[in-house]
Amino acid sequence: MQMPQPNDNPGDPEGVVARSSMGAAELREGSDTVEGEDRPQSTPAPGVTRAPEVGGGSEAAEPTHPTKVDVRGLSLWYGDTQALFDVSLRIPEKDVTALIGPSGCGKSTFLRCINRMNDLISAVTIRGQLLLDEADVYGSEVDVVQLRSRVGMVFQQPNPFPKSIYENVAYAPRIHGLAKKGAEMDELVETSLRKAGLWKEVSDRLSMPGTALSGGQQQRLCIARAIAVNPDVILMDEPASALDPVATATIEELIDELRSNYTIIIVTHNMQQAARVARYTAFFHLGEVIEFDDTDTIFTNPSQKRTEDYITGRFG
Amino acid sequence: MSDDIEQSFFKEHISQRFNTELEDIHSRVLSMGGLVEQQLIDAVSAMVETKFELAEKVATSDYKVNAQEVEIDEACTEILVRRQPTASDLRLVLAVIKTITDLERIGDEAERMGRMALHFLEQDRQQGPIEGLGEMGEHVHGMLRGALDAFARMDVDQAVRVAQLDIQVDSQHEAIVHRLMEQMMKSPDAVPRAMDVVWTARSLERIGDRARNICEYVVYFVRGKNVRHTSYEQMAEEATGDRH
Repeated sequence: MQMPQPNDNPGDPEGVVARSSMGAAELREGSDTVEGEDRPQSTPAPGVTRAPEVGGGSEAAEPTHPTKVDVRGLSLWYGDTQALFDVSLRIPEKDVTALIGPSGCGKSTFLRCINRMNDLISAVTIRGQLLLDEADVYGSEVDVVQLRSRVGMVFQQPNPFPKSIYENVAYAPRIHGLAKKGAEMDELVETSLRKAGLWKEVSDRLSMPGTALSGGQQQRLCIARAIAVNPDVILMDEPASALDPVATATIEELIDELRSNYTIIIVTHNMQQAARVARYTAFFHLGEVIEFDDTDTIFTNPSQKRTEDYITGRFG
Repeated sequence: MSDDIEQSFFKEHISQRFNTELEDIHSRVLSMGGLVEQQLIDAVSAMVETKFELAEKVATSDYKVNAQEVEIDEACTEILVRRQPTASDLRLVLAVIKTITDLERIGDEAERMGRMALHFLEQDRQQGPIEGLGEMGEHVHGMLRGALDAFARMDVDQAVRVAQLDIQVDSQHEAIVHRLMEQMMKSPDAVPRAMDVVWTARSLERIGDRARNICEYVVYFVRGKNVRHTSYEQMAEEATGDRH
């Protein structure tokens, strides 16, 4: 069993990270509270916090991935209402972590902390630490635009831009200067659409509006759009809840293909979906992380009664 | 697992129907267990007390056990399909599926014992007592009853205690076989009769193993730990210790 880690490394003695202003420096150059942030991601430094040593069964024998997102004692308030209570989680790199829990438990709020989407909401206060590759996401020098290119997001409702399929994918790389117009951009668009499993279906109609695609195709277009800027992390907030079972299966298959290259964090109400796609699962309840463990353990033998009650349908 | 989960292993779901479905498969296992237990009692009694009619009854009644296994199996399949159970619910369904397989095999052994008794008594209905077989039969019956009782209450401590009784069953089996081997060497005429008893003791020994399996499923359900193919010490440790 791996319980959420306590806030044992307060970079800021007060633990206050509230609503930092947006700095110009890149996040990778990050927080001065952490050493060794320039090391390659795949070879973590000694002492780097690691993914949970998950308990139970043969899964535990597999090498644990290094931690990608390290959350320490994160609390969040919407005005006077506290939505997250001292959340600590170490989300492993290049694998799928699911966040489950009843409505209003804070899982989407937590997800939106990772790429600072909550900055867009007024009167939000955040305390604690949220480190991406050991660098503080809420550091004063962080460029939020850069952050969001590293931490892509896919929403519940497919939301393609009212532009062509091609433009949907090319838009962000152009803004970030990742590819020149012409052959280079064409290649990036094709690669992104291929990775999202959409290329074969749309290669002969790239100039069609993205909104003309089916719901499942639109969602894969949104994933292609997120992939196009080469993110490390992809956040998915109920990505398949508006889709039929076949489109859902396609999205889940896509998640499975993407897991080796991206850190995927998925919020889902569909517990079977969490069981199918995620290697790790965190159970949220009333703004707290109750349990975080290997998905197999959570679904066959959870250690906390509240987790057991929720996943077996015992909540009143 | 906390005590409150143990006490409410098929209650408190939001879906009352799901509660009923789980309660139903659990109680059906106990009903099937009762039937198998009676088959065992009758088989031992037929052999030890030389009751020909009882032997006939046991040898021809296994279909009832088989029918119950199929019904419970189907009910479990339906729960898996409709409910996609998780955690303790999933472990209960798995424990039930495994338990009924062992119960069905115990039924088969009892049936075999009935046939042995028929064969044995057809040779001579006035057989003398078979040393040790009645005692072994009682012991194995006690094990099966204890295993079913542990399953009924999902009592992990009792499951561990009952599983350990299998050690004695094994030594009783060895003693009987050893004695019969000696008899057979002394008197070749006694071989056909002695072989019936050897096979009967063998069936009882197998039933002890299967009762132990049921105890292991109780540990699996309660603790979420697979204790099959482990020593008694490991089983006791897993049953009493923390799960992680």
